[in-house]
Amino acid sequence: MSSLVEEMVGKALQRGIPLSVQLDLTYRCNERCVHCYLDHHDHGEMTTAEIKDLLDQMADAGVFYLTISGGEIMMRRDFFEILEYARARTFCIKLKTNGILIRKKEADRIVSLGVESVQVSIYSHRPEVHDAITKLPGSLAQSIEAIRRLRAHGIHVIMANVLMVQNVHDYHGVKALAAELGAQFIIDPTITPMMDGDRSILGLNVDEAALREVFQNEALTGNAEEFCAPPQGPDAEALDAVPCSAGHTACYVSPYGDVYPCVQFPLPSGNVRRMKFADIWRDSPQLKEVRSIKLRDMPTCSQCAHGATCTRCPGLAYLEGDMRGPSYQDCEKSYAKTGISSEYLEARKASPQPQRLQLVQIQGLQHAAQNLTARVTESSALGA
Amino acid sequence: MSEKRYVARSTAIASRVLGDETMVMSATDSTLFTLDEVATVIWEAADGATPLEEIVTKKVCAQYDITPEVALKDAEVLVEQLAKHGLLLLSDKPIAQPASLPRETP
Repeated sequence: MSSLVEEMVGKALQRGIPLSVQLDLTYRCNERCVHCYLDHHDHGEMTTAEIKDLLDQMADAGVFYLTISGGEIMMRRDFFEILEYARARTFCIKLKTNGILIRKKEADRIVSLGVESVQVSIYSHRPEVHDAITKLPGSLAQSIEAIRRLRAHGIHVIMANVLMVQNVHDYHGVKALAAELGAQFIIDPTITPMMDGDRSILGLNVDEAALREVFQNEALTGNAEEFCAPPQGPDAEALDAVPCSAGHTACYVSPYGDVYPCVQFPLPSGNVRRMKFADIWRDSPQLKEVRSIKLRDMPTCSQCAHGATCTRCPGLAYLEGDMRGPSYQDCEKSYAKTGISSEYLEARKASPQPQRLQLVQIQGLQHAAQNLTARVTESSALGA
Repeated sequence: MSEKRYVARSTAIASRVLGDETMVMSATDSTLFTLDEVATVIWEAADGATPLEEIVTKKVCAQYDITPEVALKDAEVLVEQLAKHGLLLLSDKPIAQPASLPRETP
């Protein structure tokens, strides 16, 4: 992150501005990726008019970075109408798509509308591997063709390589393909639970040895000695730091208008069909609770040697049952990075977790609010 | 001032007013700029139809303790810089904006 961006994020944090929002237009998709965390049925997506109104509200609230994602965004027939409207409201827009529906006409339109970047998931440079993951024959060839079209116009394309057991050895090939196409390469070694709480797809996560290989690869992580340095333990500054941007300067809005702290943090915090976006952002008890949590409020992580350097995701911790608790997947990553285990990791290895914890995506806001009230009441009782 | 100059925000930018500052990003190369309070006043008034001199006298000098001559000189430097980065369009005639003119937060 450049210093100017850091400065603006700091100012947004001070002023309570939602600088970044990911808006998923749809969960429908023309691929059926084996690791996908979404339910692809349409349960009542926002209409074009509702989305335009939301874009107006978000612009007025100060949103600058807008990631438009899905599902596959181009499954919506009104996609370009929405994109044009969003650009007229001067958002800095990043698109996430599989590119399959981006032909010449669509590429030209994307170029003319001036998006900041387009991110395309490429799982392997080998069609038999990529297409087996997407369950769509010919999908690698079509995604690559879309990337070529966009790059020919000078669009900044990001090739995202999600690492899983099926493609664990292919990231070198994807990175080389990205270089050939003039695209940026990023790698994501985390498979997240489904939004309905189903954790069965976590079995697709790569093992510790594969993670370690990635972390030690200086072409990906820079200085491996520095990146994988032993943890020093959290100091006073780290204990009071904001854990991540979720709920602080960023949030996520689903195709149904539900607002969450982040796409990976499905804590229902309000719905823009019932309340104004700015009111949810400012007054939601759930977002206020997320904002109140510092590292020192996390009983396990504040005592952990990895506390200051761990990439702990509060959303993954929430999906494990406690947003103040550790995220097992991040504990595994810290171990793979440094070779130093943690008490929580050892304890969890000794007691496996259930495959389904809760139905997060279809959990109503009222139910979530009741849970929150119950927890606050319980805390008060303990405090008394 | 010999000729009127008109200024208009480019359509190839992303921008947002945050308090009394403005973030502006060039869509062509993703370079980020921030405009301070006075520059933000000029930025928001850059509609292609109002001459820069009028923006300075009616918007800047009305809000800040500065003479029109000094303010206009500073404004000229600012708009030249922004135009150099493709963020603003400059012309000696009014600049017609497309239907999808970028709209700033009121």
